[in-house]
Amino acid sequence: MVRETTFGSKAFDVLLIVLLVGIALLCILPLWYTLCVSLSANSAAAAGMVGLWPVGFNFNSYNEIMGDSKFFNSFWISVKRVVLGAGVSFIVTVLMAYPLSKNAKEFPLRNVFMWILVFTMLFNGGLIPWYQTVKALGLINSIWALVLGHSVPMFNVILVVNYFRNLPKELEEAALVDGAGPWYMLVKLYIPLAVPVLATVTLFSIVYHWNEFFNGLVLMSKADHYPLQTYIQQLVVVIDASTMDTEQLKRLSELSNQTLNAAKIFIAMIPVLLIYPFLQRFFIHGITLGSVKE
Amino acid sequence: MGNKGFVKHYYVMLLPGMIWLTLFSIVPMFGFVIAFQDYNPGLGMLHSEWIGLENFKYLLSLSDSRTVFVNTLVIAVMKIVANLIVPLVFALMLNELRLAVLKRWIQTVVYLPHFLSWVILSGILLDVFSYKGPVNTIMSWFGAEPILFFGRADLFPFLIVGSDVWKEFGFNTIIYLAALTGINPSLYEAAAIDGATRLQRLWNVTLPGIVTTVVLLAVLSLGNVLNAGFDQVFNLYNPLVYSTGDIIDTWVYRTGLVNLQYGLATAMGLFKSVISFVLIVTSYVLASKFANYRIF
Repeated sequence: MVRETTFGSKAFDVLLIVLLVGIALLCILPLWYTLCVSLSANSAAAAGMVGLWPVGFNFNSYNEIMGDSKFFNSFWISVKRVVLGAGVSFIVTVLMAYPLSKNAKEFPLRNVFMWILVFTMLFNGGLIPWYQTVKALGLINSIWALVLGHSVPMFNVILVVNYFRNLPKELEEAALVDGAGPWYMLVKLYIPLAVPVLATVTLFSIVYHWNEFFNGLVLMSKADHYPLQTYIQQLVVVIDASTMDTEQLKRLSELSNQTLNAAKIFIAMIPVLLIYPFLQRFFIHGITLGSVKE
Repeated sequence: MGNKGFVKHYYVMLLPGMIWLTLFSIVPMFGFVIAFQDYNPGLGMLHSEWIGLENFKYLLSLSDSRTVFVNTLVIAVMKIVANLIVPLVFALMLNELRLAVLKRWIQTVVYLPHFLSWVILSGILLDVFSYKGPVNTIMSWFGAEPILFFGRADLFPFLIVGSDVWKEFGFNTIIYLAALTGINPSLYEAAAIDGATRLQRLWNVTLPGIVTTVVLLAVLSLGNVLNAGFDQVFNLYNPLVYSTGDIIDTWVYRTGLVNLQYGLATAMGLFKSVISFVLIVTSYVLASKFANYRIF
């Protein structure tokens, strides 16, 4: 690497560090602010006095959440959804990706399946037919509507297919000579070798299921079936969509229980805050290897 | 290589996925016939009255549909452009940073918003930009009157684009950073020996090395011009900003699932799906032709 020691170059470095740290701060300060609001006195939050430090520090909102059975109920639904959803996605993704990573000689109908998949990924019937179908399947108010509601995560399948295809063929030939069948090969050879991309797609489906609110909103007719994000959406974001003028909006933003809402938002962030930094090296690796082609 | 006996196992492996796909993707595709019906949920798809293109004609006559179409295009195009440029500039800056530890920390931090939902981020943004929120407080230091940001139709598209860039720029840099590591380091050495300054090296080595990635991403983003981001707009908008913020997807939701005009909403949805499909296919064809890009 070239080393520069001129004054201009050093000034450039300093400026760069300041700018980049500033940008990075811009990404987390709003989240930090939310934490501060949640730990502040409600009156201080409503008056807009909270900055980057809590005003009137207290844990009241978190204590209140502790006794809030609705919050915990939807939290629990989200946890169930993530476990079931990520599990189902993982199994289906791996099972689809393995045969599709074969070439047309090994699996003659491979390209036909691939085109069906790509077509369903690119074209859909739209919201209303989708809703009608899920309804006709009798899944309204069922957790399975949340787990399966959207289709096979095709983007994940394609990432894994691409990763599988880049694995050295010799490994498989060796296993074949040793008498391994396709299931053995998939479980004992491909899955262990594809850990980076499998961690990536699992992270994606965990995050998807944790974050998704719309299925909960339209497919659950009772509020006690709402997953956490739908619950929070109803609480924090929804404003009566009828007629509302500027004055009413202004008053609404002052009236709502800001500290409590902030605490709920913050708790909903925690799982993501906990998992993503540890999976970072995997997803960077997984995405770049699975999507960028020479 | 290849063992003929394996093929039947391959079918078994594909079975669960194909069933899932059929139920939640392929069956709904047939539901688009609702667009050509005076759909009555009581009668169902098979018995509702067929009305041909009436729903589409009615759509064209509505001023609403023109508004949402224009809004969708404006917001989506602004997003596409901003989401190409900002991550590129950021990646170039990060690439120049020599402190490896700091670089890693910054990356971890800027990826974060990507992983948070629009529900969460909307809750935060609505608070930050509220009447008495921090943004208005900071602006008041400079003597500005407080603004109700998310109640202003003229500002709404910019807030949508700005907050989308804020959420995604970090994650979008991953691809650029990968492309930057692919540039041959000896090119930098050679340029330095020839006396090129850091800026000249950026201009003559780094940029040409990354330009194909930029073009590829630009072409691929063509398929998204009718996707202005349902989750985001849905969670941030309100009736005051419908004139500039209502997009196709939010309109379909309100018309179909809230106001129960199934036929009309499906017609709009079908219209969107068809155009998007054509655009995506076009962009993939272009990408494979000019950049040798394949999806699989």
